[in-house]
Amino acid sequence: MPHLSASRREALNFYLCISPWLAGLLIFVLGPMLVSLGISFTRWDLLSPPRFVGLRNYERMLGDPLFWQSLKVTAIYTMLYVPTELVGGLALALLMNQRVPGIAVFRTIFYLPSVISGVAFVVVWMWIFHPEAGLLNLALAQVGIDGPRWLTDPHTALSALWMMSLWGLGRAAVIYLAGLKGVPKELHEAAIIDGANAWQAFRHVTIPLITPTIFFNLVLSLIATFQTFTSAFVATNGGPLDSTLFFVLYLYRQAFERFSMGYAAALAWVLLLIILALTLLVVRSSDRWVYYEGARR
Amino acid sequence: MISSSLKPDYAIFAVPPQLIPNPPRWANYPEALTFVPFGRYTLNTLLISAVTIVGHLLSCTVVAYAFARLRAPGRDALFLVVLATMMLPYPVTMVPLYVLFRALGWINTFLPLTVPAFFGSPLYIFLLRQFFLTLPTDLEDAARIDGANTAQIIWHVILPLSRPALATVAIFTFQTSWNDFLAPLIYLQNPQNYTVTLGLQFFRTSYTTSWGYLMAAALITMLPVVIVFLLAQRLFIEGIAMTGVKG
Repeated sequence: MPHLSASRREALNFYLCISPWLAGLLIFVLGPMLVSLGISFTRWDLLSPPRFVGLRNYERMLGDPLFWQSLKVTAIYTMLYVPTELVGGLALALLMNQRVPGIAVFRTIFYLPSVISGVAFVVVWMWIFHPEAGLLNLALAQVGIDGPRWLTDPHTALSALWMMSLWGLGRAAVIYLAGLKGVPKELHEAAIIDGANAWQAFRHVTIPLITPTIFFNLVLSLIATFQTFTSAFVATNGGPLDSTLFFVLYLYRQAFERFSMGYAAALAWVLLLIILALTLLVVRSSDRWVYYEGARR
Repeated sequence: MISSSLKPDYAIFAVPPQLIPNPPRWANYPEALTFVPFGRYTLNTLLISAVTIVGHLLSCTVVAYAFARLRAPGRDALFLVVLATMMLPYPVTMVPLYVLFRALGWINTFLPLTVPAFFGSPLYIFLLRQFFLTLPTDLEDAARIDGANTAQIIWHVILPLSRPALATVAIFTFQTSWNDFLAPLIYLQNPQNYTVTLGLQFFRTSYTTSWGYLMAAALITMLPVVIVFLLAQRLFIEGIAMTGVKG
């Protein structure tokens, strides 16, 4: 192509190289999102043609107790899980960051549970939570506590799912570990020499320097908890008494069990808006607490 | 759990519990395997994972290279779009994608689970781009002077230098496809096509009372990811650190 300048040719190459992703974005992401917005204004069971109903699906949500229940369950779970992941993941990362012999084995052991996710993992926990024969209640019985019925009791089912999810802390911890590795040792040592104790050095040197990692984990775990599905579907199927009816589980039921595609699409858009709003809130707040080295204003 | 998988049902609920089953009931394994065709499910899942890995490696490498090295107007804005879609929740496109794949006649085939991989995945594009940025440009410049085009540079210069990053993408992809549940649940309705996670769920709902079988089946399901993880664990944990995830 002799007519093209070098920079033109480079730009052309760039667009050629990213074309698979660009096509995928249009076919599998942006297109479907627009279509989904369209479907959300209709009533459609997939068998007969969709019928335009305006905002009826969105109005229906306001008076749908299960919609509010699923929102409540998801919000409570998020408030339980996100802080524990932030604090617990960081604590685990600090342990993983120690320089002691055998640390590699220790890291492996703590990361292993996050590899086993999905159905098999939930099945094992269902057995651990078994009211009579489960490990948990057998252990509690050893210290004289009569354990609750966990997954089959509406008061404890959501907490049980939360305990189950803590097994995946290793994933957050590894991301924190990457952040901790980036903290220069000299700064920490300088603080100690200046008379700070270990906690003060951690609080005022380490924490500020890893705020970008905390921020990253916060956004990721917010988005992930709002999409909780497998554990609720497999372990409790939303029950007992809808106490674990997560938002995405409710969306799945509307779409693929009741074939209310219009209502399901409307639910999906509400989910997107909620996640977007929360993410923006976190991003806007980040100016105040996230410290970027070399980017001080 | 391993202990339970070797017990007959009455012994699992015995009080006090036996730690070492006596005698171990090895038969739970072959019986769980014949009750439900886990061999078939394993083959299905391996096929889906393999095709998805190939798809991701092909597409993400090229796209990530472009974002890392080629200059073009609009590149940075498009990269922000990559990051934004990384955050996009899957359930949002679940309904329209089902409608799309149904119109294409892809329900009950592996296509909805594999074809999108050939169009890249934002997370792996991001991961590979970060890795490519750390590679020295000298070799590429030399190759370019020698008259190599972009495809040749990616194939002969970048790929050989990127084995750890590519392996990380392959392992992550394997792990995600192997554990995936929601997408197979939606698209695979014929038991012939089930993946292992669907098979396990089917097994669970059909034989709720046989905890011994269930534990055996769950162990069989976990084994491949655990083995792959243990073989590649160093790569795995450092792979995440390597991406320079710093917000």
